[in-house]
Amino acid sequence: MGTPRLSTAHRMNKITRLAAPMIAATLLTLTAACGGGGGGTSTQSDGSGGSAEKIKLTVALFGDFGFKPLYEEFKKTHPNVEIEERQAAFADHHTNLATHLATGAGTADVEAIEVGYISQFTAQPDRFTDLKQFGLERRQSDYLDWKWQQGLAPNGALIGLGTDVGGLAMCYRTDLFEQAGLPTGREEVSALWPTWEQYIEIGKKFAAAAPKDAKFFDSPGEIMRAMIAQAPVGVYDAQDNIVVGTNPDIKKAWDLSVQMIDAGLSAKIGAFTPEWNTGFAKGTFATVICPAWMTAYIQDQAKNSAGKWDIATVPGGAGNSGGSHLTVPKQSKHPKEAAELIDLLTSAESQAAVFKATGNFPSIPSLYGQTDIQNFTKDFFNDAPVGKIYSDAAANLKPQHLGPREGDVRTAIGNGLGRVEQGRQTPDEAWAQVLKDVGDIK
Amino acid sequence: MSRQSVSVTRPSAPEDGHPPAPGRAAGAGGLPRPVVRLGRSATPYTFVSPFFLLFAAFGLFPLIYTAWVSLHDWNLLSSENPFIGLENYGELFADGYFWNAAFNTLSVGLLSAIPQLALALVLAHLLNRPLRAQTMWRITLLLPNVTSVVAVVVIFSQLFGREFGLVNLVLGVFGVDPVNWQADVASSHIAIALMIMWRWTGYNALIYLAAMQAVPRELYEAATIDGASGARQLRRITIPMIRPTIIFTVIVTTIGSMQIIAEPLLFGAQVSNGASVTGGTDRQFQTLALYLYEKGFRSFEFGYASAAAWVMFLLVILVVGVNYLVVRRMRGGLE
Repeated sequence: MGTPRLSTAHRMNKITRLAAPMIAATLLTLTAACGGGGGGTSTQSDGSGGSAEKIKLTVALFGDFGFKPLYEEFKKTHPNVEIEERQAAFADHHTNLATHLATGAGTADVEAIEVGYISQFTAQPDRFTDLKQFGLERRQSDYLDWKWQQGLAPNGALIGLGTDVGGLAMCYRTDLFEQAGLPTGREEVSALWPTWEQYIEIGKKFAAAAPKDAKFFDSPGEIMRAMIAQAPVGVYDAQDNIVVGTNPDIKKAWDLSVQMIDAGLSAKIGAFTPEWNTGFAKGTFATVICPAWMTAYIQDQAKNSAGKWDIATVPGGAGNSGGSHLTVPKQSKHPKEAAELIDLLTSAESQAAVFKATGNFPSIPSLYGQTDIQNFTKDFFNDAPVGKIYSDAAANLKPQHLGPREGDVRTAIGNGLGRVEQGRQTPDEAWAQVLKDVGDIK
Repeated sequence: MSRQSVSVTRPSAPEDGHPPAPGRAAGAGGLPRPVVRLGRSATPYTFVSPFFLLFAAFGLFPLIYTAWVSLHDWNLLSSENPFIGLENYGELFADGYFWNAAFNTLSVGLLSAIPQLALALVLAHLLNRPLRAQTMWRITLLLPNVTSVVAVVVIFSQLFGREFGLVNLVLGVFGVDPVNWQADVASSHIAIALMIMWRWTGYNALIYLAAMQAVPRELYEAATIDGASGARQLRRITIPMIRPTIIFTVIVTTIGSMQIIAEPLLFGAQVSNGASVTGGTDRQFQTLALYLYEKGFRSFEFGYASAAAWVMFLLVILVVGVNYLVVRRMRGGLE
C-alpha cells in the first residue's frame, strides 16, 4: 500500500468522521419531526374564542350529511373560523375515531357517530367534551326524548347532539308491481302489508307473476334489522346484557326472515354492496327497507329509474334504523367553537334544510307538524310526500335501548342469514352458530 | 486476522497495548488521542445506525410493545387495561375461528404461490432470449404489480360477481351454472388466489429474468449442441443456476402470503358489510391478517389482537423456515 493512498484514506476518514454523526443527527431530527407532525388537526392558536384569531375546525363524517351550506351560515357569525370537512366510509370512520381517541391524537373537532356505535363511545365520557359546559343542555326540549338520551353518557355528561333519525318505510318499484298485477298506489300498497306475514304473502303473489329476473326484496339482512328495530327490546336489554338468545321477538324475526328466503323472495344481494347498487339501477328487486336517509342513497344509485320508485309504510309498525350524533372529542383545541358549530348544525332550521336537501329526517318533533315539512315531496319517488310519511314514522317511534356492541351483534346475525341464503347451513345450524358467535361478544 | 493486518488497514491505531498518554500525540484535528480512537471505532456504527435506529423505533419497539399489550385485557376504548397474563393466548388457541383463518391463509397461500412462481419461471424463460420489443414485454410484466391492490380486487370481484359477473357469464355460455364465488371455501380461495397471481407473477418473472441473464451462455450453447430441448435446458441448467434467487422469491412470497388482507376484505365487501371483516358469511376466506383486523379494529380488542399478531409472527417464521429447508433440499441436475 503506497503512501499517497494511505493519506487519501486518512482524509476520507476525517471527513466521514465529521459527517456521519451529522447525518445521523439530521435523520433523527427528521424522524422526530415526522412523529410530531401527524397529530395536529387545528392551527396552533389556542382556542380563546370570540376574538379575530384565525381558527380551523375540522368535521369528520361518514358520507355526505348535507352540511356544506350550513358552514357558510356559521362563517357569517364566526368570520374567523375556517371549516374543513373529512368524509370516510361508514366502518372506517368509526374505526378511525376509536384509534384516534385511543392514541390521543388525530380526531377532528366535530366527529359524527352513528347510533349503532353511540353507546360504545358514550361509555368513555372522559374522551369527549361534555357539551353542557357550553350550555347545550338547553337544547333538550327540542329533541325526541330517546334521541336526546342516546347522546348522554352513563355519568350524565352530554356527549353528542342528534342529527337525524331513521324512521322506517318501504320503498318499492311501481313498474315491477304493475307487471306483477299488484296495486301501485302508495295507499293501496301500504294496505297490502300491515304485518310481515302479509308482506310474505304479497311476495309470493309477486313471485308468481313478476318478470323472471326480478325478486321481491334485496336480501333479508336489512329486513331482519328492521324487524328487530320494531320490537320494544332489541338485541340488548336495559342493563346492556345481550338477549339475542332469550328475546322471543328476535327469534320471531329470524324465523320470518328464513321463511322469506325459503319462499325464494330474496335477490340474495347484500345491502351496500356493489351488486346492490347495480340492482337498484337494473330493478333486480321490487322492495327495499327505506329509512329516511336511504331515499338519498336510492336516488343516487338509481338515477335512471326516477319516477319508478315510490314509498309505502313499512310492515310491522314504526321503528328506527340509523341516525347520528355529533360530538366534540376532548382532543379538540377549540371545543367552544366546535360546540357552537354543532349547535348550529343540529338546530331546527338546519335539520329542516338538510332534510329537504338530502332526505335525512330531523330528530326535532316540533318540525314534524310544520306545513313546509308536511307538504314536502320528492319527484324521484313519484312525488311521494316524504315529509308526511317520515313524520308519521318518526312520531310513532317507540324508543329502544341500544347496547355497546350493536354492530358486532348485527354482523353475527346478518352472517347467519347469509349462510342460510348461500345454502351452507340449515336455518337451525345457522341460528345455533349465531348464538355461539353472539355469546363470544363481550 | 493478525494484528499486523489490522495495523495495515487502520494505520494510525496504536501498535501496542499501552494506553496512549493524553496529549502525547494530537491526532487528526488536534483532538486528544482517546477521542480520536473512539471516533474511529464508532464511525462504522454511526454509519449503519440510521437503519437500526429506525428499525428500533418502528420495528423492534412495536414488536415488544405488542407482546406487552397481548398480556392485557386491552380494549382500545376503555381507560383500564388489566394484566391477565397468558389468558389471551389460551383463548386464542381454543378459538376455532383462529385456526380456520390459519387454514385459509395456508390454503390461499399455496394456491397462489405455487402456480405463481411456476408461471413466473416459465415466463422468464420465454423472455430470456432475443426478442423484438424486449423492454415492452418486461414493462408489461410489471404493470399488474404497479396497479393499486384496491383497483385489482374491485375489478376482479366484479368479474367474479354472482349476478352480473363476467366469469359466470362466460361459464354460462358453456352451460355451467353460475357459481356463487364467495359462498364456498374452494371457489373463494381460487378467486382470491387468482387476484394475487395476477399482481405478483410478473414481478417474480422479472426477478427470475434478471437472475437468468447471469447464467453463462456457454452452458446453453453446449446443451443445444448436445440436443437438449428448451424445457430440458430450463430444468437442467436454468433452475439449478438460479436456485438462490428461487429461494429468495419463495421466502418473500411466503411472507407475502401470510399477510394477505386487502383481497379477502374487499372480496367479502361484495357479500355484505358484515361479511367483509369476517371474510364471508361463514369465514370461508378469512385470513389470519383479516382475523387480526377484525379483532383489533372492529371489535377494538387490542390485547387479543396483539396475541394473534404474535402467534401469526411465529407462524410466519415457522412456515418460512420449513419452506427454506424444502427448497434448499431440491437438487438440480448440475450438482
